[in-house]
Formats: sequence, structure tokens, C-alpha cells
Amino acid sequence: MSQSLLIVTRQAPWSGPGAREALDIALAGGAFDLPLGLLFLDDGVFQLAPGQQPASLTLKDLQANLQALPMFGVEALYVSARSLNERGLSDGALQLPVEVLDDVGLSALFERYDQVITL
Amino acid sequence: MKFAIALFSPPHAPSSRRALRFAEAVLAGGHEIVRLFLYQDAVQHASAALVLPQDETDGARQWQTFISDNQLDAVVCIAAALRRGVLNDEEAARHDKPATVQSRAWTLSGLGQLHEANQLADRLICFGGP
Repeated sequence: MSQSLLIVTRQAPWSGPGAREALDIALAGGAFDLPLGLLFLDDGVFQLAPGQQPASLTLKDLQANLQALPMFGVEALYVSARSLNERGLSDGALQLPVEVLDDVGLSALFERYDQVITL
Repeated sequence: MKFAIALFSPPHAPSSRRALRFAEAVLAGGHEIVRLFLYQDAVQHASAALVLPQDETDGARQWQTFISDNQLDAVVCIAAALRRGVLNDEEAARHDKPATVQSRAWTLSGLGQLHEANQLADRLICFGGP
């Protein structure tokens, strides 16, 4: 029985390689068919925001990599309702099919996984 | 108990020192470290080209000594390392770069090694991160 892993991604896509590096852990684990979840928390929720123009900051678009998650078998995707609200983002317009969790839901989520990595 | 230890912060960060103290305590307590894994800015630990003032503690060197003394499996994420200029001979040649700066204590490999360590260990302990 494989140990399950929750990856918590807390960095905005424009704040350095952190968002991409968290995503890479998820994609690598998906390729090995491991039971994983990915939680967008704090500034990490900006990765899901619509209408981004990373080229204007000469950054590579993270969207294509994010969209690959289901193809890599990573379908357990979560976002914090509080983090969305604090940043004025609506859960209706996000770039991925994510489950929106309140604080109680978050605590239950952390309980469900064997291991957690936060980046 | 079997531990996997992942480090995300650079050698000058307090969390690097805490991670080393933790790793020492793991072995002193008779437990096992199945693998150390460096990711993000922690890949700087694997640089052999860090130079510190003589009266400062060289955290990267302390890690390298700890790994050699205890014959630990110590892996650096290759993608994170290349991005930050930590190359071994093979990668320096492949990318036509002048310098090889990777300490021999560490091995360059992929993120699969982090997942494998996680499966082999009873506990994954992470240090650093935002």
C-alpha cells in the first residue's frame, strides 16, 4: 500500500520557481501512479486565476503544466476558500476543476494524507 | 524508525542547521535515514564552490562531512540544481558550461527519488520552504 502525499503549493506563479517546483513534485508522483493530492493555499491560489499574462513579465506560462495534472493522474485538487476570498478570487472562474474547502475541510484533508510537503 | 529528510532552504538558512541537528539526532537515536533530498534553494548545499569567511560556520561543508561519515544516500534534484548552477562533470559537458561545482557527497537525480524515499520511509520530514 503506497503512502499518500499531499503537496501544498503556496507561491504565486510570478514569485519565483516555487509554484513550478511544487507542481513538478505532483507531476513526477503522478507519473509513478502514487496517491497524491495538490492543495492551492495562500498565494498559491493565484496559480488558478483566470486571464493571466505571464509573457508581460517575460515568464513562461504555468497553465499548460497545470492542465497536465489530470493527464498525469493527479485529480485530487483542492483550494482553500479562505485564501480565495482574501485575494478577491471567485471560485467560479478558476483554471482547473478544484474542490473548494473551508477551514474545517482543510483540517480533514491534512488528516487524510500520510505525508505532507509544503512549498 | 525510517526517516526521509527533504531540505528546501539554502545552507545559510536556520532551517538548514535545524535539519542537520535533526538528522544527527535521528542517527544518534538508533533510527535510519533512508535518503536526504535537496530541492529548491537547498541544492546550494551540493556546491563545492561556496566560500565563507573563516570565522563563520560552513553549513554546506558540515552536511557534506555528515553524509560522508555516515555513508548516507544524499540526492539533489537535477532540474533544481541546473537552474541554480550546481553541475556535475556530465551536466557541465552536456550543457557546455565551464565549471563543475558539485560536491561528491551528493548525487544528482530526479524527483522520483523523493517519491521513492517517501515510500520507503515511515516519516518524511521537511525543512525550509516558505
